[in-house]
Parts: sequence; C-alpha cells; structure tokens
Amino acid sequence: MLSLLKSKLNEFFELVAKETLVYLPVDNSSGQASYQKWKEGVVYSSALNTVRSAKDFFFPQMENLMDFKMQGKSVEVVDTRVEKEDFVIFGVRACDVASFSILDKVFLADPVDTYYQNRRDHAVIISMACSKPESTCFCPLYGIDATKPEGDLSAWETEDRIFFKANTQKGEVLLNNASRLLEESEGQIVEVQRETTKKILEELPFAHLDLSKFKGENLMELFNSPKWAELSQSCLGCGTCTFVCPTCQCFDIKDFDTGHGVKRFRCWDSCMYSEFTKMAAANPRLTQLERFRQRFMHKLVYFPDNNEGTYGCVGCGRCLIKCPVSMNIVKVIKQLGEE
Amino acid sequence: MQETMIERAKALMESKSVVRVVGWRIGEFGYDVTPSVFTTVDDLNGNFVYNDFCGSNLSKYLVRLSCEEGKVLVFLKPCDTYSFTQLLKEHRIHRDNVYAIGIPCNGKIDIEKVRQAGGEGITAIRSEGSTVIARTLYGEKKFDRKEVLSERCLNCKSKKHVTYDELLGEEGEVLDSHRFDMVEKLEAMSSNERFEFWRNELSRCIRCNACRNVCPACTCEKCIFDNDNSGVSNKAAADSFEENMFHIIRAFHVAGRCTDCGECSRVCPEHIPLHLLNRKFIKDINELYGEYQAGSDMETVSPLTSYTIEDDDPSIVNRRGGGHDA
Repeated sequence: MLSLLKSKLNEFFELVAKETLVYLPVDNSSGQASYQKWKEGVVYSSALNTVRSAKDFFFPQMENLMDFKMQGKSVEVVDTRVEKEDFVIFGVRACDVASFSILDKVFLADPVDTYYQNRRDHAVIISMACSKPESTCFCPLYGIDATKPEGDLSAWETEDRIFFKANTQKGEVLLNNASRLLEESEGQIVEVQRETTKKILEELPFAHLDLSKFKGENLMELFNSPKWAELSQSCLGCGTCTFVCPTCQCFDIKDFDTGHGVKRFRCWDSCMYSEFTKMAAANPRLTQLERFRQRFMHKLVYFPDNNEGTYGCVGCGRCLIKCPVSMNIVKVIKQLGEE
Repeated sequence: MQETMIERAKALMESKSVVRVVGWRIGEFGYDVTPSVFTTVDDLNGNFVYNDFCGSNLSKYLVRLSCEEGKVLVFLKPCDTYSFTQLLKEHRIHRDNVYAIGIPCNGKIDIEKVRQAGGEGITAIRSEGSTVIARTLYGEKKFDRKEVLSERCLNCKSKKHVTYDELLGEEGEVLDSHRFDMVEKLEAMSSNERFEFWRNELSRCIRCNACRNVCPACTCEKCIFDNDNSGVSNKAAADSFEENMFHIIRAFHVAGRCTDCGECSRVCPEHIPLHLLNRKFIKDINELYGEYQAGSDMETVSPLTSYTIEDDDPSIVNRRGGGHDA
C-alpha cells in the first residue's frame, strides 16, 4: 500500500497545492475544526468531524446565479457562472462522502443543477477513515463503513503514516503526481486498525436503531402520529440542525436589487424557519410541529420512498451534538419507530 | 434536589394547582437533556431530570405556555429568574398562569468543554463533588469540574432568585463576579485589534439564528429578519460584513433588557462568544447611567427607556458639540 510519513504531510499539501486548490480540516480559534484552504502554516486537524459538513464545497450557503441588467426598456440576463477550478478536499469522513451521493440524487437528477455539477466535476475527494468514532456517530445504521470511506482516494491515518488507496482515475493521477513523497509499505497495520474500529462501530449506541417502521406504506400513520406534538414542543425553530447537516439540501432563490440591476442568488433555507413554505395563497405549516415533522418525514420517509430506500441521513451525529435543546433524529427514530 | 422537585411537581399536579410542568427531560447520555412539558405524573416519574446539564433557561417557553388554559409550573435557576422577571416586566408572560419554583444551581457543565478536554465517546456522565466522571466508549475519564464548567457559570452573577412563588433549597446572594474582565480586555485593545477579534469570531457565523431564537429578550412576534415585507429580511448575508451587522444590531436591540443569561453563547454551534457583545452594553450602561441589572426587580425603570436631563449623552453628536451639553 502507498503511504506517506506524517512528517511529510506538509510537503504533500505543498505539492498538490501547486496544481490545484487544497482544502482540509483545520482547528480554528474556537477549538473546533473547519475546512480551510491550505497555505504554508495551515495544519491538518485529525478532529473526527468539522462543525460544518463538506457539502459546503458543492452546495455553498450562498451563491450568485445570474444578474439582470436594466437599460431603458431592455433587460439583459447575464450568466455569472465561471468554470470552477479543480480543487482537492482532504480528510472527508465516510459519512460526509456518503452525503455527496444523496445530494447527487437531488441536484444531478433531471433537470441537472449545473452550478452544483460544475463544482462536483472539479473536485477530487480524499476521504479519511475513522478510528475513534463518537458515541453520537451512527453511520453503520445506514450501511456506511467508516473504516473504508469512498471518494477518489481513501486514506487511513496511523500513528506516523497516512495510507492511500486510489478508487478512481482522478485519485490515481493525484497519487502519481505525489509519488516522490510516497513509499510502498506493508498495509497490515491498516487492516488491524479497521478491525479494531469495526468492533467499536458495531457497539455504538445507535448503530442498530430500528428503522423498519419508516417506509412509504406507513406514511400517513407516521404523519398523523400524536407524538410529533411532544417531540417538537421544545424546538426553537432555529436552523442549526439543517445547516450543520451534510444532507439537508433546501434552498431559497432571492433577488437583490442593486439599484441599477438585480442579482439573483441562492441561499440555504431551513424547513425549521417560519417562512419556509410561505406561498402566495398561504403558509401550510403554521406551527413548529409541522415544520419539525417535515424535516424528519423528509429524511426518514419521503426521501427513501423516492430514492430506492436511501435515507436522507448519514449518521454523522452533528445534529445530536449541536441542537440547542438536544432534540434530534435519534430521539425521533426511537419514539416513532417503536409505535 | 431532582427527587424533591419531582415530588413537588407531582403534589401540585395532583392537587390540580397546575396542569402542566415545564422542566427538563432525560436524554440518551445524561448530558443531552431537552426542555419539555410534562402533563402526567407518570411522565414525571423517570423522565424528569435535574442535573449538571440543565442549562436551558426555561423562562422563554412561558411566553407560549402561559397563554394556554390552566396553570404551568416552571422550575427556575437563579439566573433564569432574572429572565422571567424581565419578561414579566415586558408583559410577555401571564403571571397568573405561572407557578414558579426557584431551584438551586451550583453551575452547569459545558459538554463541549468536556469533549475538548478529551471526553470522546461519552455514554454517561455525572458529578461527584469537584470531579466529573464520564463513561466513554474508550473507558472511564475524570475531569476537574471547574475546568468543564460553562463560561457563564464560572462568572456567575447571582445565586439569588428574584421572582418565585416557592423556593426549594437555600437562597443565595448576588455575587461579585468577574464577568466584565474579558470586556475590559477587549476595551484595552486597539480599535484594529478589536475589529480583527470580532471579524474572526463572527466570520464563523452560519446564521442559524439559534442565538436569537433561544434569547429570552428576543420575543418579537415576528423578527424583522424573518419578515419579507421589512425589506431587510435575509436568510444569508450578501457578504461577511452583513453577518457581523446582524449580531451588532441584535445586541443593540436587546440592550438594557438583556439579563446576561448567556444562552446565546451556550447554543452557538460555532462557539462565538456572543455574550461579550451584550456584556459590553451592560458595562456601558452601568458606567453611563449607574448600576443596572435587567430583570432584577419589577419596578426599576430601564435607563434606556427613561430620560433625565442629567443623562450622559455618549453619542458622536455630543462629542462634536451637539446634544444637550452644547
């Protein structure tokens, strides 16, 4: 297996960054990790997860879609898209990598979202296997193997080395370009790490929740469950869960009047927000109960029903850690799943 | 204390003095408690919890719950009683519909501090005196309680309950806290350093609105930033400076009403020390208009909603020769 001494990691980033932009998890001043662009002095963080997920690279919180220029009575529509530069995302965990294929189902289905596709096409994903999962992690529930993450390149971090395995041609090219820093070494240690981690994953408290109830045929029963009232009563209606979620994909499109034209932009929206379903006629979700229910019905029932059983959750556990009132998808699954 | 609280809640419910109880519901790991409404005695048994992680300030839930039919029992920690009193003062809570029990608090633990101190994979956690003991996926871990206490509790301003119907445990005192120390540090910075400090902190904002939604001083029926008709509503900022302005505007809006409960910083997913903005306002108010603690009683008029001819006028207008001193 090809491996890199961790002492040469900086050289590796330097080398890759000559060709393309490199992003990696970095500990920020709050002591938590966030993705940052590599430059000299930026140090890779082995933190289990970043606060914001890696979806930001493909589905940013805000992006301009097009401009309208008004001159007299004519309106010119300006396509503001530029071809995205190639970029590398280093250290993406298996859950976040799995979230990309969920986002693909939404944005790459007909009609293809070309803004999203542009970024997807230009990315090289170097994933990172987990060896120390949190008790809030539950990716095994969705069949995700945190010890063998997907992506263009899979990586494993041991005490002194990072091991690589190319999964795509993009991954192979990157390894070839960095070959002078890499050496062929015994991959046995990776297998040992994988086995140890698998045992931990197997015993994670939420690895085996019962999802059998969550399917299309139970849609109305789940929708009408009286339990939503109790589950949603403490919900603050903030957007924390949706914004840290790697699979939440809802957005709003708005026009900004610049005074001499209009900038049309897209930004993240949250089904937890009061105006999310505001329409010309009325708003069908008037209380937090309906908004809260929507988020979980979408992830656990509607999405799998429309996507061959794929749930709209990857078990990264960010919402479990970040919800201000500790109400989350695990508690919902436990409450509704047992009915 | 938890058992005493459950007993009182049960007694009040059984005597029909209250029809619902707002408290904290047990979670999966001990630290993930959820504010919750209990309507049956059965539910209280086994699900009601009061521990080191019941940091949520329950007073804001009363804005909604006190409008419902029948009385609600609420448990309030000392700092929560300031928010409760402030909300009463602003006529946001129907006092007649609330039965408030003051409960003691010896500080709450910040679970994120425990995680950052090496508490990975926690499956259960409890305090024993000055030690916090966590059961984790990777074995038992111990922490010094002081090291993992939340920032607001390290600088606790008061152990005194200002408004209640009944008190459990002993009454405490207003404390001489060091809560303005960091504000003083910021004041001592050059304006460039201070600007950089805030630009860096606020650059992490994801505009989730958790700070606003949890804030007991933010009880507008509809926030201007959610109102499409306001012309300033937005779900994402056009640039990072706009995000900074959101927090500054919010701090101005709650100035003189913020009791410094610290919920904004507790809920921030990005650990932005938002309470420092509010504390700067509190400190300025103290210095300009005399000591004032929002929510400390029902009578004192807030310096920002009253006017006397002697009032300091710290504005730029004054410094340039305008204002009443001119």
